[in-house]
Amino acid sequence: MTASPNTPERVPWKQWDEPSGQWMLPGEHPPTAERTLLLEVVVRILFPTVLVFSLYLLIVGHYGPGGGFSGGLVAGLAFVLRYIAGGGTDLGARVGSRIRLRPPMLVGVGLSIAVLTALAPTAFGAPVLASAKLSVAVPVVGDVDLVTSLFLDVGVYLLIIGVVLDLLRSLGSGIERDAQGAGERS
Amino acid sequence: MLALVVAHLVMAGLLPVVSARSRRAAFGVAAVLPGATLIWALANAREALGPGLEATTGWAPALGLEFSFRLDALGLVMIILVAGLGALIFAYSAGYFGRKSRDAPRSAALLLAFAGAMLGLVLADDLLTLYVFWELTSIASFLLVGQSGEHRANRRAALQAVLVTVFGGLSMLMGIVLLGEAAGTYRISQIVAAPPSGAMVTAALVLILLGALTKSAQLPFHPWLPAAMAAPTPVSAYLHAASMVKAGVYLVARLSPAFADRAVWWVPVVVLGLGTMLLGGWRALQEIDLKRLLAFGTVSQLGFLMVLLGAGGRIAAMAGLTLLLAHGLFKAPLFMVVGTIDKITGTRDIGELSGLGRQLPALAAVAGLAGMSMAGIPPLLGFVGKEAAFEAFLHEGGTRGWTVALGLLAGSVLTAAYTARFLWGAFAAKPGVEAREVSRPTLALTVPTWIAALGGLALGAGYPLVDALADGYATAYPAGDDALAAGYHLALWHGLGLPLAFSAVAVLGGLALHARRTAVNVVHTRLRHPVSAQRGYEAVVAGLERLAVRVTGRVQVGSLPTYLAILLITVLVLPGTALLIGGQWPDDQMPFHSLIQLPLGLMVIIAALALVRAHRRFTAVLLVGAIGYGIGGLFIVDGAPDLALAQFLVETLTLVAFVFVLRRLPAHFAENTSSSGTRIRKALIAGAGGILVAIAGVVLSGAREAPPATSAEFVRLAPEAGATNVISAILVDFRALDTVGEITVLLIAAAGTASLVLATRHDRRRDGQVKSGSGSPEHEEELLR
Repeated sequence: MTASPNTPERVPWKQWDEPSGQWMLPGEHPPTAERTLLLEVVVRILFPTVLVFSLYLLIVGHYGPGGGFSGGLVAGLAFVLRYIAGGGTDLGARVGSRIRLRPPMLVGVGLSIAVLTALAPTAFGAPVLASAKLSVAVPVVGDVDLVTSLFLDVGVYLLIIGVVLDLLRSLGSGIERDAQGAGERS
Repeated sequence: MLALVVAHLVMAGLLPVVSARSRRAAFGVAAVLPGATLIWALANAREALGPGLEATTGWAPALGLEFSFRLDALGLVMIILVAGLGALIFAYSAGYFGRKSRDAPRSAALLLAFAGAMLGLVLADDLLTLYVFWELTSIASFLLVGQSGEHRANRRAALQAVLVTVFGGLSMLMGIVLLGEAAGTYRISQIVAAPPSGAMVTAALVLILLGALTKSAQLPFHPWLPAAMAAPTPVSAYLHAASMVKAGVYLVARLSPAFADRAVWWVPVVVLGLGTMLLGGWRALQEIDLKRLLAFGTVSQLGFLMVLLGAGGRIAAMAGLTLLLAHGLFKAPLFMVVGTIDKITGTRDIGELSGLGRQLPALAAVAGLAGMSMAGIPPLLGFVGKEAAFEAFLHEGGTRGWTVALGLLAGSVLTAAYTARFLWGAFAAKPGVEAREVSRPTLALTVPTWIAALGGLALGAGYPLVDALADGYATAYPAGDDALAAGYHLALWHGLGLPLAFSAVAVLGGLALHARRTAVNVVHTRLRHPVSAQRGYEAVVAGLERLAVRVTGRVQVGSLPTYLAILLITVLVLPGTALLIGGQWPDDQMPFHSLIQLPLGLMVIIAALALVRAHRRFTAVLLVGAIGYGIGGLFIVDGAPDLALAQFLVETLTLVAFVFVLRRLPAHFAENTSSSGTRIRKALIAGAGGILVAIAGVVLSGAREAPPATSAEFVRLAPEAGATNVISAILVDFRALDTVGEITVLLIAAAGTASLVLATRHDRRRDGQVKSGSGSPEHEEELLR
């Protein structure tokens, strides 16, 4: 970010379309990563959309194609896009100021939710993994059927996201350093 | 009762939140649950001593699995040890661990989880439930002995403990299954009421005994227990003296009423128990570390308990139950005393401690009180139990009775001797050793010690209480027409007789042995142990490692084509032959049933052929992706949108993963240097494998004779499960257990990938220098991001 795009004769051509502003949330960038305006803008627009779509897939799974597995994969692919555009610094999200959500933790949380959902029916005297349908009357929307097995799907969803993030973290680790080491950047 | 056990485990999970604020508060909070458990058990004592309190929760009725619990006299005694001593040890831990101790949060949570597992173990009335809790205690012990894993001694001890106990546990599982199948039920109370017999049961009993003997550190598995003394003292006091090591004794006591009359049960128990008692006592006499001295004492006492509870007979059972209680009440405070001494002087070495008794008379007094119970001096509980033990075998008479009685006498002499050695070593003023200036131990350290030691005194004096417990357990043994056995009751004074003489000989002989300790030491040094159980363990482990290296070297040759060829040839030979013999080409097989299948199929075939000719890795990856998308397209044509969606997504993700991996590999495939003969062979095997899979696909899917019963049922039930999408209903409802299993596999795969990839990261290039070898701390930081 030393050179400004207003003085093109001083900027190497590879950095001509490098954005100087912060395009992606949370806006941190590894200083070594090459940036492209196009990719960042597209990701900025697509990322939330794809995440919402993944949630849609998760919930719609009971009635059509989708479900926790597909939803989780879609969300994971959103993170892949983000990773390609923004590098790996933001793979661990922060919840609040103290808890840091790392991919392995997400995987663990997902499995815990799934297993707890499986065990929960025993507390009500039903066998393991039994599911129940709860009907909730929501104003405006009307009656909403909530099946308890949705929680199992939520667990699968979180676990899959965690697995994808973990894959990115491990396979993509040190990618910038490698690029430097291989002399790809001047 | 399940709620109590679960409450322990849940509380253990929440405990780190408390310990983040205050270590002491965490131990205080942890002590509440065991305390409540003890009160609950005592409140139900009347029912426990009578018919027994039962509770059953079915958790997978379809598989016949349930959690069934039962509280009876034996369970009550074990709960006094597990919960009662547990609460005291939590209180003691609050004083033992420092305010900033890094080990404390982990230990507090693990100890409470262990208490829950142990509670489940002693309450379980179902052999499989018992097994689950049994292994949980082994795991808790592993983690508690290993601590942070920073010290080699801890790691080795933890590994030895877990290897030995889990080996026993696995053989026990086999025994449990055999016994359960032979009896037709896994309920312990039903098995004991109507014991099965036959060759299968004999094998089952041997296997179960193996589990019990390893867990209770009996000959020749005992070395893990002294080694486990690497754990912090409260852990040793709780797991390795009061509760966990009693699990084996407990199991023997649980099953003895049914099987004690069989030679396959009592012979190994009595012989190994006696041997363990003598060996443990003898080894304790040469130890100079107070804690290891007590550990060998525990080994010895566990052997004693094994003999009493495995021999059968009403009096022996009563004696066993009494000593079970007594041992917890004297060994736990003795460990606490050692912990206190360790804490205030910084050493546990007999040779460095001197004159402590004069400086800390109260500590010496409490140790003396507990030691008296251990040595069997009236009016303590240990004496009451020992008296009954001698009575049991002297009354039985005969070769077995006298041999065992004399063996127990020898063991008791050794017990009295090492008790004297312990008290002398800890507190006596020794010439030539300077007394140290010590600070007073805090109340948190001394009060629990006193309570436990006074418990031994109170129950010794109030022996009718213990008698009621012991009687409740011993009713399982039919006394027959033996009037003395039927009418025997515990008492401090049975009148002058052989048992009293034996007790006196044991104490006096022990003191005499201690007085001649230099001579004993000489004998010790002269007696070289030609056979050592510890060396045996090490040889077995080393042998296993060598075997593993040899097998791995043979099987893992490191050539990918070889692996693939072996896999493919196996597929060709086994399922291929079956297909040729039994397969039938379906008559109604059409080439295609939708026009769009043609271009899709063509695309897959072309991509596959091109893949073989590809020179660049990246091209190959893209072509694999094309094949995957083509197959996804075929899924859509066949009306499986769910499958197609998953296929597309996975394919995309695989592509990304491939690209990440590809950057570490050369852009082009290596030049093929193998001869044309090898290439043709490879091509033949690969081609045959592919064709076989294709044929199998057609033949197997055409082999269905009737419409599948379950899928129609699934479609009918799906709306009931709240899903109009039958795939989803299958995944999260009808076959939800499979889903949970699959995501567990995913978790393991993700963890494995991450560890493998990240483990190789540290020898990457950094600042122009290639660094290799072990990872540095900052490297770890990077991985844990």
